[in-house]
Amino acid sequence: MHDDNHDRAHDSRRERLRAWLSQARFFAEEVYSARYRGTIARSRRDEDDLFMLLVFSEMMGVPNPAAYYTLELQPLLLERFHDWHRRMGMEHSPLDHFRCC
Amino acid sequence: MSAIIILVLGLAAMAAGYFLYSKFIAEKVYRLDPDYTTPAHEYEDGVDFVPTNRYVLWGHHFTSVAGAAPIVGPAIAVIWGWLPAFLWVIFGTIFFAGIHDAGAIWASVRNKARSVGALTGDVVGKRARSIFMIVIFLVLLMVNAVFAVVIASLMMDFSSAVVPVWGAILVALVIGQMIYRRKMSLPVVSIIGVVALYALIFIGPSVPIQMPEEVGGMAGNAVWILILFGYAAIASLLPVWVLLQPRDYINGLQLFIGLIVLYGAILLLNPDLVAPMINSDVPAGTPPIFPLLFVTIACGAISGFHGLVSSGTTSKQLDKETDARFVGYFGAVGEGMLALAAILAATAGFATFADWQAMYTDFGAGGVTAFVEGGAYMIHHGLGLPEATAATLLTVMAALFAGTTMDTGLRLQRYIFQEWGEIYHQPWMKKPATATLLAVGSCLLLAFGAGGPDGSGGMIIWPLFGTTNQLLAGLTLLVVTVMLVRLRRPMWFTLVPLCFLLVMTIGALLLQLRSFYDQGNYFLLIVDIVVLIAAILVAMECAQALKRARTEMGKQL
Repeated sequence: MHDDNHDRAHDSRRERLRAWLSQARFFAEEVYSARYRGTIARSRRDEDDLFMLLVFSEMMGVPNPAAYYTLELQPLLLERFHDWHRRMGMEHSPLDHFRCC
Repeated sequence: MSAIIILVLGLAAMAAGYFLYSKFIAEKVYRLDPDYTTPAHEYEDGVDFVPTNRYVLWGHHFTSVAGAAPIVGPAIAVIWGWLPAFLWVIFGTIFFAGIHDAGAIWASVRNKARSVGALTGDVVGKRARSIFMIVIFLVLLMVNAVFAVVIASLMMDFSSAVVPVWGAILVALVIGQMIYRRKMSLPVVSIIGVVALYALIFIGPSVPIQMPEEVGGMAGNAVWILILFGYAAIASLLPVWVLLQPRDYINGLQLFIGLIVLYGAILLLNPDLVAPMINSDVPAGTPPIFPLLFVTIACGAISGFHGLVSSGTTSKQLDKETDARFVGYFGAVGEGMLALAAILAATAGFATFADWQAMYTDFGAGGVTAFVEGGAYMIHHGLGLPEATAATLLTVMAALFAGTTMDTGLRLQRYIFQEWGEIYHQPWMKKPATATLLAVGSCLLLAFGAGGPDGSGGMIIWPLFGTTNQLLAGLTLLVVTVMLVRLRRPMWFTLVPLCFLLVMTIGALLLQLRSFYDQGNYFLLIVDIVVLIAAILVAMECAQALKRARTEMGKQL
């Protein structure tokens, strides 16, 4: 009985410590990333944009030797397509075969 | 006078400012609304607009605005005695900086989180926006030049800090890799980073590196300045996660540790302020306290740089509008605390009045060196740390701050050059490398042009830097005031600081104009005239914008 109580107290203390640690981790990560989140996300997006161009290059008349393979990726990128063409300064999809809005 | 009394008085006044005055401003003037949908929610995109916990946001805001400037400014200004510097830091924080920073966040949040620069164009006019761009450019130019001079003189004076200061860059690089490539847990990495940095600080005094007084016909100081700009140019071109992000993080941790150590030393030692309350025997050549005090201490009392941070990144991450009070006003209080620590270190950290006088032989002679030596004296006697280690610790703190500001400043300056390349269709100027070279070139011109080929006289431009910084703050206050007039809210709480700043900056510029002319320093005379023209334009814009806003309101009645 005594041991049981002891274990329970020990467990709850460990739980509390773990909760505290995860809180500390959350704060540290937020502080680390908050200031540069935008810059990093933007440069990642720039790289993604290049990839987007590769995947859709054939449709824009740019020959792409890997077209056979990138064709398969097009449905996967559908969700990002709208944001991409808007960002590139085109209100609507520039592609005849690939309508989106 | 006991340092603890000053410390307690200062902290109590700032606490009262936060709990009473900022509450009044938030409720009656800005009327912050907890239910208003902030841009962070309205445009949430996970990139720029991200609602952020207010404590995290405060930490981020505070570490972005706190740099070497709230240390250097007050440490120079105590040459007039400790009381004027103390009063300006405390009242400046309460009635100027807090209102300005929170106001910039509020103005931006109410306008789709646009930056103050863009807001100046919208609220005041296109011409004001152009002036704003010029003032920002001047501020960045001066901040980079001045901080390079500050770090170079620290490296010359405290050779024990050379290894830890450059080692800190290595620590940051390793931390960046640990987090991004190895995905290690951040608390663990933080502990490793802090331990590594402080280990370097402890071994620093045993491996001093002294730059010779002359290297290949150049002064040692000048060589350090060139090395620093070379480093800053490379750092500003690297992706942010490689160096800037981990460096900022370590710096932030260091800032808190440094503040705790300094305040702890003051509390344990309770030194007497050896500097006079008001120095009636200032060294020859010291400019009059009025109005120069108000531009010598810019950061720590009020600084336009904060408006750029407030409206640039903070406003896009504000979770609730009411958080603007905590993040903006309390951010300014944090900076005031740093300035207060700098004042105490530079006035109470000396054994006798004669020691203090030996440090402040000339205007600009004390500065950051006085802060390091005074602070080291207090840490040594209060906490028992060897004096050389304590001096290294504070030098590293000041140098890392100044260094981070330089990296960021150079990056921002590069963006401005690139933007000009865009506007004036100069493709070569749009390239990052050439734009960086232009930025570095203009800063070097100022650093060496101001003080001659040895680069040691660059501190002469410190008050000029303060002036441009205050002008920037004036423009932000103008935007806030015009918004308040249009909303038919009380405008005196921002208008009075605005007028005060304009009078002080124009007065300081005229005085300096005269002294540069007398000294025959025509390079700084021209810089002064440029800033003076900008200041007069800002004053005219203010008068016109307020008159227009009032007539608009009159017509509607």
